[in-house]
Amino acid sequence: MGNLDKKKAALDPEVTARLREQSDELKAAVDSGDYAGAMKLITELNEMRDQSLYREVGRLTRSLHESMRNFQIAPQNAEQAEALSKMTDASDRLSYVVEMTSKAANRTLDLVEEAMPKANAIREQATSLRDDWLRLRRREMKPAEFRALYERIDGFFVSISDEAEEMYGSLSEILLAQDFQDLTGQVIQKVTTLVKEVEDNLLSLVVMASNVDKITGTTHEFDESEREPEDPTKGVGPQVNTEGRVDVVSNQDDVDDLLSSLGF
Amino acid sequence: MKILVVDDFSTMRRIIKNLLRDLGFTNTDEADDGNTALPMLRTGKYDFLVTDWNMPGMTGIDLLKEVRADANLKNLPVLMVTAEAKRDQIVAAAQAGVNGYVVKPFTAAVLKEKIEKIFERIQ
Repeated sequence: MGNLDKKKAALDPEVTARLREQSDELKAAVDSGDYAGAMKLITELNEMRDQSLYREVGRLTRSLHESMRNFQIAPQNAEQAEALSKMTDASDRLSYVVEMTSKAANRTLDLVEEAMPKANAIREQATSLRDDWLRLRRREMKPAEFRALYERIDGFFVSISDEAEEMYGSLSEILLAQDFQDLTGQVIQKVTTLVKEVEDNLLSLVVMASNVDKITGTTHEFDESEREPEDPTKGVGPQVNTEGRVDVVSNQDDVDDLLSSLGF
Repeated sequence: MKILVVDDFSTMRRIIKNLLRDLGFTNTDEADDGNTALPMLRTGKYDFLVTDWNMPGMTGIDLLKEVRADANLKNLPVLMVTAEAKRDQIVAAAQAGVNGYVVKPFTAAVLKEKIEKIFERIQ
């Protein structure tokens, strides 16, 4: 019953009307013994079937083209406009995302690697000064040592304010390095929309093809063994929707539990 | 202690190298897949291998199998740091003789814990 409804829904009302009209004419021709006329009508019916199929394929192709053409993002300045005008397809755009994120990650890592030794040096100087300061407070220090400590404290105040300023500079640059998110976010959203449109159009194509098969009575034989099995040793990348899945671990605790169940 | 870090993304290699340095391991080298890593391991006298799974060329699991099949390398401790999260894959890595498995995204604390655990077991 459901299949019948789908068949009805799949056909253009105009096509249905013509089909009804021609089937009546066909019946009349056969009844009246006009076999040449009947054959002509059958040929016409055949052509009509082909044409409605071509029309549907054409419509889908056009909407696919439309989706591809509409796939533009609004640049915010001349530099972006130039960068974006060079990109004409989704894969270019995604490479751009990879490039931008990699640039940002490297810039951030550079700044972190610059700042870390500074923080380390400040900690070491402060620890050593504190130890000497405590000796001074316990009155364990000779005057010559005190004079040296005095100098060191002086130097420490100068260097700590310089290094704190440099570290602050690194931190604000790290902040700025995150601006890729805005651009890559826009690009990914556009690509996602395109993929969604392509997906919808492909789905209509599949539905249409299955309706064409039903109408024409075509059957296809699929050989399941021809399908390439997923090779887990190649690696499949991160799992995105892990909720409710039992074949995938969702965090390190799951990994640890699994390994300990294997005797690790 | 000489450590080889294998990952196809240079940012991930840098992150792991920085975390290792914080743990006191400063002698580290990098490779971007198993094909580059294997000759380095065979000549470089490494004490520890940290590898990703999913890489072009030779994958991490194949690298692990090569290491275990090599008479000179078979006892090398191997830690896998990877986004591969299928139970079958973790079981396969365990069967291939991995010493630890860290799933990405990970924290510095997790990396430290796994590395320490591996060294504890070896000593």
